[in-house]
Amino acid sequence: MSFLSQLTPLIHASYFVAATLFILGLKAMSSPVTARGGIVWAGVGMLLATLATFLTPGMGNFGLMLVAIAIGTVLAWWSGKTVKMTDMPQMIAIYNGMGGGAAAAIAAVEFARGDVHSPAVATLAALGALIGAVSFSGSCVAYAKLQGLMQRTFVLPAQNAVNALLSLATVGVGVAVVLGPPGDLTPVLVFFALALLLGAILTLPIGGADMPVVISLFNAFTGLAVGLEGYVLGNPALMIAGIVVGAAGTLLTQLMAKAMNRPISNILFVPMQAAAGGEGEEVTGSMKEMSALDAASLMRYAQKVIVVPGYGMAVAHAQHKVWEMTALLEEAGVEVKFAIHPVAGRMPGHMNVLLAEAGVPYEKIFDLEEINAEFGTADVALVIGANDVVNPAARTNKASPIYGMPILNADQAQNVIVVKRGQGTGYSGIENALFYGDNTRMLYGNAQPVVAEIIQHVKAMS
Amino acid sequence: MTGYEISGLAALYIFLLAAFTGYEVIARVPVILHTPLMSGSNFVHGVVLVGAMIALGRAETPLEQALGFVAVVLGAANAAGGYVVTERMLAMFKSGKKGDGK
Repeated sequence: MSFLSQLTPLIHASYFVAATLFILGLKAMSSPVTARGGIVWAGVGMLLATLATFLTPGMGNFGLMLVAIAIGTVLAWWSGKTVKMTDMPQMIAIYNGMGGGAAAAIAAVEFARGDVHSPAVATLAALGALIGAVSFSGSCVAYAKLQGLMQRTFVLPAQNAVNALLSLATVGVGVAVVLGPPGDLTPVLVFFALALLLGAILTLPIGGADMPVVISLFNAFTGLAVGLEGYVLGNPALMIAGIVVGAAGTLLTQLMAKAMNRPISNILFVPMQAAAGGEGEEVTGSMKEMSALDAASLMRYAQKVIVVPGYGMAVAHAQHKVWEMTALLEEAGVEVKFAIHPVAGRMPGHMNVLLAEAGVPYEKIFDLEEINAEFGTADVALVIGANDVVNPAARTNKASPIYGMPILNADQAQNVIVVKRGQGTGYSGIENALFYGDNTRMLYGNAQPVVAEIIQHVKAMS
Repeated sequence: MTGYEISGLAALYIFLLAAFTGYEVIARVPVILHTPLMSGSNFVHGVVLVGAMIALGRAETPLEQALGFVAVVLGAANAAGGYVVTERMLAMFKSGKKGDGK
């Protein structure tokens, strides 16, 4: 076990406790009751591991190190504190990308030192660098897209062929790096450039609807890259934490992809628009508009209302107004429930976080499986800024790119009210038959003022 | 010094057990915790900071120092940002308490 022998017993003990705390912390974070404690445990583990590392024998550059830690910590702490809840997904993406970049940079230092002699270690270092660099540039593109800095999709001609060629070239240069003489930096440079390019090219054509799955995948990638660099450095804290996150992230990615009924390979290699190959089935009928007053009276005198929130609610910051409306309706004796699709918003659980922020209690929030049977008994389904997750085409239209995705059966409610900014199609560009249904009324406008108006009318009725 | 070479078999065991642990730990997570958990696991791989510190600590030439510096900045940002964002999300999981309604 020569790779562990450099470290003093105190450092070993710290890493051991840190690794234990990481695992227990993640475990705690998978239950709502213990979740808050989980992040604190993991945080203590991180602090312990970081402090112990300062004691590693034979290290220098402490001044640089402290400056670097200060810069990274202060910038990230400040941006993380000030970011709006709605923008959380892209913040996760960018922090994750930085982790991948750090793993790649570690490999770069090791290659620059010319110290990776054995082919096995060099292979692990190169593999970690490749995965970390892809995660870095891919996450940056994901961030830019979600932040609206970049056009939504950008498909190259023969995208899949370009991907394949670029991957092959990167792996080829990677082999040259591993087999070449240590200290020859030209192939290393080309290798990193290709890996960064690959991450960007892979992510550019992916549509916004698939973004959560991609961010989760890059999260798993970074974990794996960190674990691999842990092997290179002979550091057990990196190995265990990295591989645990790599595996957990892979499972999480699968759960998300399953919820969307889209195999991961489809998300990565066949852009949704290309898969659609045209408009599919023509949607017949017309959209019928209604006023906020009509919507208010319909809900005020209903027995049961099911609210289906989507990304439109999030961008309009309407969650607080929605909760205010819910409270008013409940005072008037209406039963109100919230139905959350697994991929509503930009990430699984994103809607739950926003509703929790507004103060909606858990007892009112239901999963797809829990509530889908209830739409038939609901008087009103209020769809706020959701689109694809309530599109009946997913059940019936085999030509639709979302065919087979489980959806919320909002169309089975007696009345459907759709709050929507305009007449256009949703994020994925697919027509929604629900909007043309006989029992559907459209309420156009930004979710926040629209719900505020409903609230005024409901108040006036009591 | 090349004393950090891996004992292959031990490394393989660690890999295997850690992978199963990661899979098992989140196997039964409810959907509402998917995003916070992704964020939490994002924080945990912020331990890359430790590796970055070791890399910078052993760096000698200006090139190595520059790369190591970048690694530490990125690693520290991953850890700090991951913590703050996760903590903020999980702070909302106070059951039964109303929000400030701003």
